[in-house]
Amino acid sequence: MRINPRFTNKFVQIGLNLQAFFTVGILVIIVAIICFKGLPYVNFEFIFSYPEDMGRLGGIFPSIVGTILLALLSILFATPLGVGTAIFLTEYTKESKFTKIIRFGVESLAGIPSILYGLFGFIFFVIKLRMGWSLLAGVLTITIMILPTIIRTSEEAIKAVPRNLRIVSYSLSATKWETVTKVVLPSAIPGILTGIMLSVGRAVGETAAVIFTMGSSLRLPTSLFDSGRTMAVHFYILAREGISMEKAYGTALVLVVSILLINVVAYYLMNKAISKYS
Amino acid sequence: MIKNPVKKEQLVKWVLVTFALSSLLFLFLIFIFILFEGLPLFHKIGLKNIILGFKWAPTKGSFGIFPMIVSSFLVTFGALIIGAPMGLSCAIYLAEYSGKRLKMFLKPALELLAGIPSVVYGFLGVVYIVPIIRDYIGGSGFSLLATSIILGIMILPTVISISFDALMSVPKTYREGSFAMGATKWQTIHKVVIPAAKSGILASFILGMGRAIGETMAVIMIAGNALRIPSSILDPLRTLTGNIALELAYATGDHRLGLFSTGIVLLVIIMILNYIANFGIKRKM
Amino acid sequence: MSTKIAISGLRVAFSKNEILKGITIDVHRNTITGFMGPSGSGKTTLISVINRMIDFEENAHIDGEVHIDGHNILDGGQNTVELRRRVGTVFAVPIPLPRSIYENIAYGPRLRGIGDRIMLHYIVEDSLKKAFLWDEVKDRLSMSALKLSGGQQQRLCLARTLALKPEIILLDEPCSGLDPISTAKIEDALSELKKDFTIILVSNNTKQIARITDFSAFFYLGELIEYDTTERLFTKPSVKKTEDYIQGKFG
Repeated sequence: MRINPRFTNKFVQIGLNLQAFFTVGILVIIVAIICFKGLPYVNFEFIFSYPEDMGRLGGIFPSIVGTILLALLSILFATPLGVGTAIFLTEYTKESKFTKIIRFGVESLAGIPSILYGLFGFIFFVIKLRMGWSLLAGVLTITIMILPTIIRTSEEAIKAVPRNLRIVSYSLSATKWETVTKVVLPSAIPGILTGIMLSVGRAVGETAAVIFTMGSSLRLPTSLFDSGRTMAVHFYILAREGISMEKAYGTALVLVVSILLINVVAYYLMNKAISKYS
Repeated sequence: MIKNPVKKEQLVKWVLVTFALSSLLFLFLIFIFILFEGLPLFHKIGLKNIILGFKWAPTKGSFGIFPMIVSSFLVTFGALIIGAPMGLSCAIYLAEYSGKRLKMFLKPALELLAGIPSVVYGFLGVVYIVPIIRDYIGGSGFSLLATSIILGIMILPTVISISFDALMSVPKTYREGSFAMGATKWQTIHKVVIPAAKSGILASFILGMGRAIGETMAVIMIAGNALRIPSSILDPLRTLTGNIALELAYATGDHRLGLFSTGIVLLVIIMILNYIANFGIKRKM
Repeated sequence: MSTKIAISGLRVAFSKNEILKGITIDVHRNTITGFMGPSGSGKTTLISVINRMIDFEENAHIDGEVHIDGHNILDGGQNTVELRRRVGTVFAVPIPLPRSIYENIAYGPRLRGIGDRIMLHYIVEDSLKKAFLWDEVKDRLSMSALKLSGGQQQRLCLARTLALKPEIILLDEPCSGLDPISTAKIEDALSELKKDFTIILVSNNTKQIARITDFSAFFYLGELIEYDTTERLFTKPSVKKTEDYIQGKFG
């Protein structure tokens, strides 16, 4: 018997509808569980006090500080490197063997899983360069890890700036660098910021690459050479070692909400960047 | 083209070249240091004894990681079996069925899944998926099945966004031609649009595999980490990534070198997958 | 009357496609010189050599000499940034930078290191007045330049060029997209400006060339067909082709 194509068509359409909403449902359920379970334990004290008894009691203040320090410092290093690379690839050279090799390097970096970044950071920064488990080792490892994201998003943002604006700038006696800094970059900023925000999100949520480089000290890091614990690492240890489910849910809530907020800002900036030239 | 040397411009250019080269330098360092640490053990123990060895007892001189290689591929294919059809159908829905406003909401929502940290996936897997499997299907719950489900969800954003781009890049005229011949929407999609976007969809699966095989924290929380090849989907298993993450913190001497050897194997697999996805497939598009 | 720009034997080719086939022409100081000809005659390419904007085109091959005040600007050692300050350009389509009216005008002077606010104010006001735009925008200098009308944007671009204090102004069909009123304003501005500048006006509009230029050159398929005072060229052209073009028989 041949099935009526119109019937199949309708059937598939309903199926795909359900599928899409099921997938979005997963996101909603994850966020809902974390919020529902975590909310009772998150309050002012939880956020601003120090953990006690391995995290069984008290708050998560040092890990919040550790997370912010790790993310901000990584961005501080990765942004000039990444945006500079993007400027070089788009403005200062034509497509050639050389750019192909660089692009290959960037693509390869993007594909390396975070545990290998952890492995590398551990042997190179922690052991060989004798940094020990430290904020600095974590920052340098994460810098390399987020670099490809910043390069790619910056490159796209720079490419989207109309060529006419560059021509006008040159005709007004600007040098290439003046054109890049005064005309191209200001127009590309929303797109570049999108990449930065996505990278911040990655740094905040990362565990494997952080735990073996920055370590997991519960104390507040006060120098670049102190070990520290990010929220993601803290959450992992609380959950994996069964220290406290309550604190784990509370930490997860702060972690997930921060990441969602960062991503929402990133999408907002991306839409702004897209609508600018279309 | 006439060139005009201006000193500052030259300086800027050289600084930017240095920046651009830094990515290559980092890649080089990563390779060198992982290879440098891991290769001597291959020499000492023998490539075959490591890659095809069944026994991992690094403090007793056994460095066999064959079960982990198999397990890594098992969870990857498990993730693909679950994530690929789900992701592809979401991508088809987004590209072909959803209206513009719904798309504006759905696409970022689906991409937010990628933002959820892997430890959170692992944790929810332990708290919800593992007990359900233990109570209703059997085993300890820490299993190939649980890991595949979680990884299947985790690769969704990769599969969806790359498949979506591939579907969107199919020219409108293809669809119009098919509709003009009286085909229904679904006939048009599966006879015309999907074949035209085939290579991009395939690339999305392979990049999804890369994501799954490299995933670590979620996996060690739910896989059970047993040191043997699982004989059923309810058995626990240990992946290459899990092996590194579980033991790196305390390993010393040859034991640590063994973890770097594990890293080399993982790196090789990842590079091959990325190469296939980026060059082997995209070139045909 | 002295020569400002002396072009001799200029050839430009893109890949194998020769756009300018040996142009020799002298442009006089403090005059408006019209370059006219049907599309494909090479007039736009010719002015892009004079300001060296042609450097941004790929595969352009240039031969010959272009002297400004006796100095060959096609020399390898020519500082193109300095050249483009001396040779200002107004493009066919007005392209304001995505910033305020004030900042658009101040862009060039700032690049030269003029940071003094009073000085900048003076330059902005003076340039806008010379471009006949001041009265229309004096109360909203901080408004985005993108919000101006097309005709205002083109005068803004002219003012922006004037703010460079150039010696030569190249205008590439500046009125092609404008209404008659805006066109008239730009023409009025140009007639005033020739006292201080050497102006080259590229246009397909023969009536406009006849109205405001002192000298006219007619180009056809990469060659200079005829060059003379505008009066003579329009009343007694010596080449049949020129006559046909002026009378609108082709173009």
